[in-house]
Amino acid sequence: MRHLLSTKDLSRDEAVAILDIAEDMADVATREVKKLPALRGKTVVNLFFEDSTRTRISFEAAAKRLSADVINFSAKGSSVSKGESLKDTAQTLAAIGADAVVIRHHASGAPNVLAQSGWIDAGIVNAGDGTHEHPTQALLDAFTIRRRLHGHGARGKALDGVRVTIVGDILHSRVARSNVWLLTTLGAEVHLVAPATLVPLGIDGWPVTIGYDLDQAIAAQPDVIMMLRIQSERMHAAFFPTAREYSRQWGLDDERLAKLPDGSLVMHPGPMNRGLEISANAADSPRSTVLEQVANGVSIRMAVLYLLLAGGVS
Amino acid sequence: MTSILITGATLPDGTTGDLHVRDGRIAEAGGTIDRTIDAAGLTALPGLVDLHTHLREPGFEQSETVLTGSRAAAIGGFTAVFAMANTKPVSDTAGVVEQVQSLGAEHGYVTVRPIGAVTVGLGGTQLSEIGAMASSRAQVRVFSDDGICVSDPLLMRRALEYVKTFDGVIAQHPQEPRLTEGAQMNEGELSSELGLTGWPAVAEESIIARDVLLAQHVGARLHVCHVSTAGSVDVIRWAKARGIQVTAEVTPHHLLLTEQLVRGYDSRFKVNPPLRREDDVLALRAALADGTIDIVATDHAPHPLEAKECAWDEAANGMVGLESALSVVQAAVVDSGQLSFADVARVLSTKPAEIGRLAGYDAPFAVGSVANFTLYDPSVSRTFTVDQLHGRSVNSPYLERTLPGQVMATIHNGYATVLDGELVDIETVAAQVRHG
Repeated sequence: MRHLLSTKDLSRDEAVAILDIAEDMADVATREVKKLPALRGKTVVNLFFEDSTRTRISFEAAAKRLSADVINFSAKGSSVSKGESLKDTAQTLAAIGADAVVIRHHASGAPNVLAQSGWIDAGIVNAGDGTHEHPTQALLDAFTIRRRLHGHGARGKALDGVRVTIVGDILHSRVARSNVWLLTTLGAEVHLVAPATLVPLGIDGWPVTIGYDLDQAIAAQPDVIMMLRIQSERMHAAFFPTAREYSRQWGLDDERLAKLPDGSLVMHPGPMNRGLEISANAADSPRSTVLEQVANGVSIRMAVLYLLLAGGVS
Repeated sequence: MTSILITGATLPDGTTGDLHVRDGRIAEAGGTIDRTIDAAGLTALPGLVDLHTHLREPGFEQSETVLTGSRAAAIGGFTAVFAMANTKPVSDTAGVVEQVQSLGAEHGYVTVRPIGAVTVGLGGTQLSEIGAMASSRAQVRVFSDDGICVSDPLLMRRALEYVKTFDGVIAQHPQEPRLTEGAQMNEGELSSELGLTGWPAVAEESIIARDVLLAQHVGARLHVCHVSTAGSVDVIRWAKARGIQVTAEVTPHHLLLTEQLVRGYDSRFKVNPPLRREDDVLALRAALADGTIDIVATDHAPHPLEAKECAWDEAANGMVGLESALSVVQAAVVDSGQLSFADVARVLSTKPAEIGRLAGYDAPFAVGSVANFTLYDPSVSRTFTVDQLHGRSVNSPYLERTLPGQVMATIHNGYATVLDGELVDIETVAAQVRHG
């Protein structure tokens, strides 16, 4: 694998292979010494143009468990804020010998630009770009679902027939996009629920079904319900009248939680707005996979970095 | 002044014959000949006129100057360009428009006609001194805030009414600003997939609909810049059927390229209005063929490398187009049989000159007319490279693409600015201007 820019580009076999390697990486976390020598001598740069402590720490932990050298580069307070361009930054990283660049950027497509530019020869991992994609988040979500459903027998399996309902701000969510492509590639049936103002135009061509009523979606007994974060700035941009109305119509409250079928999962990419898109009980319930998602994120990112820097999918 | 004999050229009407140029004008046969150009196999077109060029000077000379933009125009077969007003300072006073015009005249590659801003500083709140610009030496007849829509309906009404005094025209950039906040590409399935904020077709169509009704109400001339959607074509067709004085332009890139090119986030394809869908491209071609859209205009928008070598969201809108326009038009609508070269002469020369009230283009090859024409070889094809760009910026969407056709010569006011497919050097052009 040369870069990981999008889940849309992944084939089913590639996706399953990444999940399988992540299983191996997860085993490392159970050992007393949680470290492999696979990437010794390699340099991984976490290039973050947006704040994201959780994702950055996850990538940092993943790279360090593989024995890579890690450089964290926050664009805030750096030369970038003094006007240095993406090109200048990339060429600087090339000059210091980065083997992989994990980039988070506020602009959709910035990782693609970096990968195609010729400014740097490193492998590029998209750690979230604008409202485009967040592929490692989707991979860790798929990994989490697969582990919950299949336990230790998960290796080699996909998600055929698993019914996943994604709820909330689809329009601005890179997590939703990456999950739509990946989960459907793996055979899952994806249903999206949102206010019409937060459904992207032209979504008819996506391999999903769309609804506006969360109660109807829950009545259809999904295997997984994935709640998306509502960003505070959306509340003042006429996407919906008030936070209270949003919570009533599209929040996973205790009543709706109780109507979910036994064995179903409640997922959230975090950070959560408790009481808005998800109630505290739902977030903390045994159905919730929120903390597992965080733990699995390290395994997935180890798998991705390993594939980029130590070999292809085989 | 030099006399030139052009032998064997094919005129737009398909006839073949010789052209004589003497004292800057098309002449009868006879007299001394200083230079002969063998034009066998070449199509003679009236000098191309671009109603929509960004020359960037004054203020943004790192992108383009009047001289470099003029050179780009000449190599593309143009003999006149209308320079948009979004300079710095904005072309909203007689002084600035006269400066732009005189720089063009001094260099001599093309006739430069400045466009005046509709509002002071392109601010959209107060009419600029339209009358002073109209009566200045620049004789401005086209007024536009291009780059920004005159979105205030009352101000638009007043501007339309006011320019009637000078037989002027308002060239509107149709873009409803609230509907396009943060817009990055055409709104639709692809924008949703790529996570780029969409620029909806209705933002263009709703302004055109409003403006044609305003133009009808006050009985003024409206020109619609860079029409890009099938819905806009429908509105303009409706307006023309009602007898409203509306003309419209389409860019070469909107006739050829689609939004699918955005998929790679290559910012060379970032332009405003954005590249649209295949259905829109087909509708624009049909509208140009049936006369609903009157002209092709380049919207030549040079930008330095650093404005394009960055993330998509941060990249500047715009692409250069003067050097490639004729080839792109051939690729889009001539080779398909939708337009003849007689149509090309109309949409790229006589009609834009008429809209801009530029004299001397109504009977281009008639004896006595000012000799402004271009000799074009439509039979060749070329890989378009930066070497073929003669402006200061290289933000062309056609680099490394194969394009048909090649401008072999451009004659401006009776003297050559391009010969054998190469620009004539600046000293020679300047000497010819002086001796003219």
